[in-house]
Amino acid sequence: MTATSDVSSHAIARARWRPAEIAFWILAASCAFLFPSRYLIMTDIIRLALFTLSLDLILGYAGIVSLGHAAFFGVGAYSAGLMALHGIINEPVIALVVAGLIAMALGLLTSFLVIRGVDLTRLMVTLGIALLLEALAERFSNITGGTDGLQGIEMQPILGLFAFDMFGKTGFFYSLIVTFLLFLLARRIVNSPFGLSLRAIKNNPLRASAIGVPVNRRLIAIYTVAAFYAGIAGALFTQTTALASLDVFAFERSADLMLVLVIGGTGYLYGGLIGAVVFKMLQELFQTITPQYWMFWIGLVLVVMVLVGRERIHRWVLWGPNLIIRQVFGRKAVVAVPESDAP
Amino acid sequence: MTTLFTILFDGVAYGMLLFVLACGLAVTLGLMNFVNLAHGAFAMTGGYICAVLVNNSGWPFFAALPLAFVSAAAIGVLLERTLYRHLYTRSHLDQVLFTIGLTFMSVAAVDYIMGSSRIFIKLPAALEGQFDFFGVGIGRYRLMIIVICGLLTVALQLILARTRFGSRLRAAVDDPRAAIGLGINVPQVFAFTFAFGCGLAGLGGALSAEILGLDPYFPLKFMIYFLIVVTVGGSSSITGPFLASLLLGIGDVAGKYYVPKMGPFVIYTIMIVILIWRPNGLFGRAAAR
Repeated sequence: MTATSDVSSHAIARARWRPAEIAFWILAASCAFLFPSRYLIMTDIIRLALFTLSLDLILGYAGIVSLGHAAFFGVGAYSAGLMALHGIINEPVIALVVAGLIAMALGLLTSFLVIRGVDLTRLMVTLGIALLLEALAERFSNITGGTDGLQGIEMQPILGLFAFDMFGKTGFFYSLIVTFLLFLLARRIVNSPFGLSLRAIKNNPLRASAIGVPVNRRLIAIYTVAAFYAGIAGALFTQTTALASLDVFAFERSADLMLVLVIGGTGYLYGGLIGAVVFKMLQELFQTITPQYWMFWIGLVLVVMVLVGRERIHRWVLWGPNLIIRQVFGRKAVVAVPESDAP
Repeated sequence: MTTLFTILFDGVAYGMLLFVLACGLAVTLGLMNFVNLAHGAFAMTGGYICAVLVNNSGWPFFAALPLAFVSAAAIGVLLERTLYRHLYTRSHLDQVLFTIGLTFMSVAAVDYIMGSSRIFIKLPAALEGQFDFFGVGIGRYRLMIIVICGLLTVALQLILARTRFGSRLRAAVDDPRAAIGLGINVPQVFAFTFAFGCGLAGLGGALSAEILGLDPYFPLKFMIYFLIVVTVGGSSSITGPFLASLLLGIGDVAGKYYVPKMGPFVIYTIMIVILIWRPNGLFGRAAAR
């Protein structure tokens, strides 16, 4: 067997749908019928999951540490909000795509800044861009509504057929479908040769460039794609909640996002989805215990996760499911174990 | 013309203050290569301890300042020995997550203990008001900050360049393995340096309550400023961060005076431009570490 076919057969084997994945999506869809009274929180989770998926693309696959991913979320949110408010594009799906493209354009522009320099510079530049946009949104409060946010957004029915209802049922299915489609796309991307080259870059940029991977162009590409995803997540936020305020750019949003991804695990796409569920449940729990000081417990979770070691925690959590799957399906069907993301 | 001097004076005071707040971070982040986003939490600790001592226990302000330093340093060394040292060899992502977690915890904890409103430290009468110097209004408090921070800067530079400890620290940073081989107790040197940096942050926090404002969100609000100082200044010496602080201080004060509507826009733009132009900082080493 030649080296090329070996790589491709490996890639094809990785890209195959596993039973656990299908079960996951069936479970996600059935939530709609299991908890019909909790549409709003479930929509919230799905939105967060999509946003985290976007961070996973750059952090888990390309190794770019970003502290300002909320920048793209915010741009998507405001774009969608302004389009709906001023009636530029009334149809939500088209507006969603346009908002994503606007965020994508910003991602492309800023990617040139981000790929320069080492981790620390990247942290600073991404954080700086998010803060810059927040300052801009505050400055041009006549357009953005300042600290009050955009008010009086009214969403038109999706595709002219499905109106948003006050229980959030339409919003939930809308978000779920959008997220699922984008997830399919992301899955395709990371299992393609392009995705494999990203992993090579993450493991060792120098070695990747030595075997002929154009490192900078790949990083620009994935950063731009991730910006698109984040923009869509932001636009979904505005469309399903009918509001957009300055806090879409907030640092806490970017920091929470990292926590979500870390809870779920990086580099296997489901991390964002699982992390979003766990994070929201934790947040609900902490907010019911101490409404004002839940930040403390979120911080504690972060500290403990890092000290214990992220890989170790994931091994513990996956121990149970894997045991069952091994008993039922035989040895091979193991739930995707997140890759170790040591430096 | 006099406004220009006043802006310059206020900017220098602000910059000096930022330097004292951030130079501990310059050491941990620049020299030890550890991303410590929780640095502001130590500054806040110092500030609150000073405030409690002065306002509630009736200590004189100048007696409370050293105690702010000592207590922040003590907390720093405690955390370094118990938590931080496990993370020196971990990835930057882990360090970022860990220190963000610590920051969140400190914000909520201070909010819980002290309440969420901004607090003020009662200043001695001698430090209030301003006097006229050739037509330029000079705030007494700001003048004191410049004096204290200027002396500290000189002392730091001397310690780093002239003393045995300074050369040990530089050796430990340049090549920890070789330094251990030479018999230098590298963990001890790091712990001491970390504690000292935290102490300086605590002192800076106490001094800054009057100018920057002290509330539980202090670590998050000023995190970006500390990071700017270090990344723009580079990490090869403390001169770099010092000049960067002055630049940032003067730039921020001048920006707020001349283009108040742009807010912090000016600073962030300058930072991004500088980082694109010189990714390792204005005065940084050529090679990325």
